[in-house]
Amino acid sequence: MLDLPGADTVAPRHISRKPAGVDAVFEHGIRAVGATMLVITGGVGLFLGYQAVPTFQRYGWGFFTTQTWQPDTDQIGIAAVLTGTISVALVAMFFAFPLALTTALYISEYAPARIKPVLVSLVDLMAAVPSIVYGLWGYLLVMPHAGDLARFLQAHLGWIPIFDVPGSDPNAAVPDYGRYQFSAFCAGIAVAMMVMPMACAVMRQVFSQTPVGEKEAALALGATRWGMIRSVVIPFGRGGIIGGTMLGLGRALGETIAVVLIISPSFVVKPNVLEVGTSTVSSLIAGRFGEATQAQLSALLAAGFVLFLITLVVNTLAAIIVNRSRSGAGTDA
Amino acid sequence: MTAVEGTETVASPVAAPRTILPTRDDDAAPAVPRSALGKPTADERFRQIGAWVAALGLAWVITQRLLPMPGVAWFVVIFFLSGLATSAVLGAMNGGVIELKDRLAGAVITGGAVLVGAALVSTVGFVFFKGYEPLTHLNFLTSDMSGVAPKDGLSKGGVLHAVVGSLIELGLALLITLPLGIGTAVYMTEVGGRFARIVRTVVEAMTALPSIVAGLFVYTVFVLSLGGPKSGLAAALAITVMMLPIVARAADVVLRVVPGGLREASLALGASRWKTVWHVVLPTARPGLATAVILGVARGIGETSPVLLTSGAAGFLVKNPIDGSMNSLPLYIYSLVRSGEPVAIQRAFGAASVLLMLVLLLFVIARLVARPKKAKKPRRRPRLLSPQRGFDPIQGDPFVEMGPVNRADQNRPVQNDPEVSS
Repeated sequence: MLDLPGADTVAPRHISRKPAGVDAVFEHGIRAVGATMLVITGGVGLFLGYQAVPTFQRYGWGFFTTQTWQPDTDQIGIAAVLTGTISVALVAMFFAFPLALTTALYISEYAPARIKPVLVSLVDLMAAVPSIVYGLWGYLLVMPHAGDLARFLQAHLGWIPIFDVPGSDPNAAVPDYGRYQFSAFCAGIAVAMMVMPMACAVMRQVFSQTPVGEKEAALALGATRWGMIRSVVIPFGRGGIIGGTMLGLGRALGETIAVVLIISPSFVVKPNVLEVGTSTVSSLIAGRFGEATQAQLSALLAAGFVLFLITLVVNTLAAIIVNRSRSGAGTDA
Repeated sequence: MTAVEGTETVASPVAAPRTILPTRDDDAAPAVPRSALGKPTADERFRQIGAWVAALGLAWVITQRLLPMPGVAWFVVIFFLSGLATSAVLGAMNGGVIELKDRLAGAVITGGAVLVGAALVSTVGFVFFKGYEPLTHLNFLTSDMSGVAPKDGLSKGGVLHAVVGSLIELGLALLITLPLGIGTAVYMTEVGGRFARIVRTVVEAMTALPSIVAGLFVYTVFVLSLGGPKSGLAAALAITVMMLPIVARAADVVLRVVPGGLREASLALGASRWKTVWHVVLPTARPGLATAVILGVARGIGETSPVLLTSGAAGFLVKNPIDGSMNSLPLYIYSLVRSGEPVAIQRAFGAASVLLMLVLLLFVIARLVARPKKAKKPRRRPRLLSPQRGFDPIQGDPFVEMGPVNRADQNRPVQNDPEVSS
């Protein structure tokens, strides 16, 4: 044993899990910060739920099945705006998913090593471009072409209900392009640009975590590059693919400005996404908050609350899928 | 040695065991230079490029001669499709179905990436192309819209008030978001416990809050219930509500990847937990935190919907955030585009260019801050002998009897903890 002067006079240090001194201050202080955060963010959620109660009580299930939003005649419902929200988001994901997947695969598997960091930065930059800029792009640059495409789709695939545009003849000498623009389809394209980089970033991150050994093993066994991707990269990154897509979907559901710029509001449940006019929950809020009375504001908050719940469910599912899969880590949005 | 001798004796029992060295043959032909293994041969490359050249011709024939398909869009679509077809045929001729699939997948994946790149270029290019003209007028950046009629030319009026408004609102939002968001992240990672799990769950749930709902919340509470004016402060609060969960969550992700060994080392040296956080955890995570914050700011500065409901749109420079309505860049762009006036739309594009440049600037700063310090890192070496590790197991272990290993690079500069910087 040690033979130090005064060794036996030193009492063993008192060991405790409880913080003392500076640590106690730190721990309680930081806990207070956390509690503040909880109060603020949780308060927003609770407030929304609380404000939505009178609306739900007043309109009951009719709130979910009524299509019109006419506060003057006391007919308020979110059936049309909810389906509009979902159709815009689905159109967006229809474009965004394949593009995000191919871009992520290209960056992680095909791109030359030298330009890979540049491409990664570019995708991140795309995610940071303000939504109003994509709104301008979609409204003034893409929409005429999207209208052309919509007319083409109706002319050739019009027998499928979602590609039909009622009351318009695609083969007329002078087609009524007004019927093909300002639609969920056009808004979906702009929203796709917004959510694609986000989904792509998550997918790329997951792909980049694929174990190099497994990739090399596949190649050494004679797989082509696509064979390697199909048998190693995609199975490994499946969680990231689904999770990234759902995160993008969550964002697409809540997108406002691009949609407000592009669509012309209409409150009808319709499956034909190419036809002019639709409405989403967020565009409803943006359009109606100004002249809303207290009761209407409650109804708007209720609509916002429903939107929040849907987004929450989608995001939670995404988080669960990403965490459960093998490719868990590194999927921050 | 022994094994070699054994085989030698078995192979030729008579001859004495000796090693035969190959003699150098000066008359032999020079060795054929071998091409790199991973690279395609000239033949393969010809097939790859040739397929697309053929597709170009095919597309021209189809769109210009055979079918009435005017316009660039059709040409590109047909070019891509016929490119797929030609490379599929060539691939199938060469390597069968497997090669065919590989070719097709490669073409589709590259095509998707190119399309995304084209979309990005068209977005940025379109905005700058349309917004170029307002930017050539100096007053666009130095004056506001007071006293400017809707149809006045570009030589009057500008975006100064919107830029200033955006910056003030963002600054106020950051004042709240930064300490609260990072503090919460520190709480969730460093203290933990059941309460922290609740906080984390709620914060993660609230990242799903659509930004317009955040705006509606502040509008209802601050403007209508509390009777506050539609002002920069209200807009800042709306942006705060939107950004708080995002920043807290991103910071949480960053702090969670700080190696636990660093924390333990600091605690084992006797530092308090506060000092560990302040001197070890936060500095280690600094680049990541900066990125998280800056990307949050980029998101906040471009988000229109919370501002739309809460700030009102003043046409003149307002410096006081609690004094009436205030404009900001996204809102300015939005209201100009909605007005539909050609000059207004031109102004909107000018403002969008300014906004895009601001975001770009923030983004570049984020990249610079987050960049790992690569320049100082010495060449990679085998792990055990690498002198740049803090602890060398061979030199540092006093029980190694052979003493210090002979090394030529003793005086190589020692770099501290490469774990951290990488």
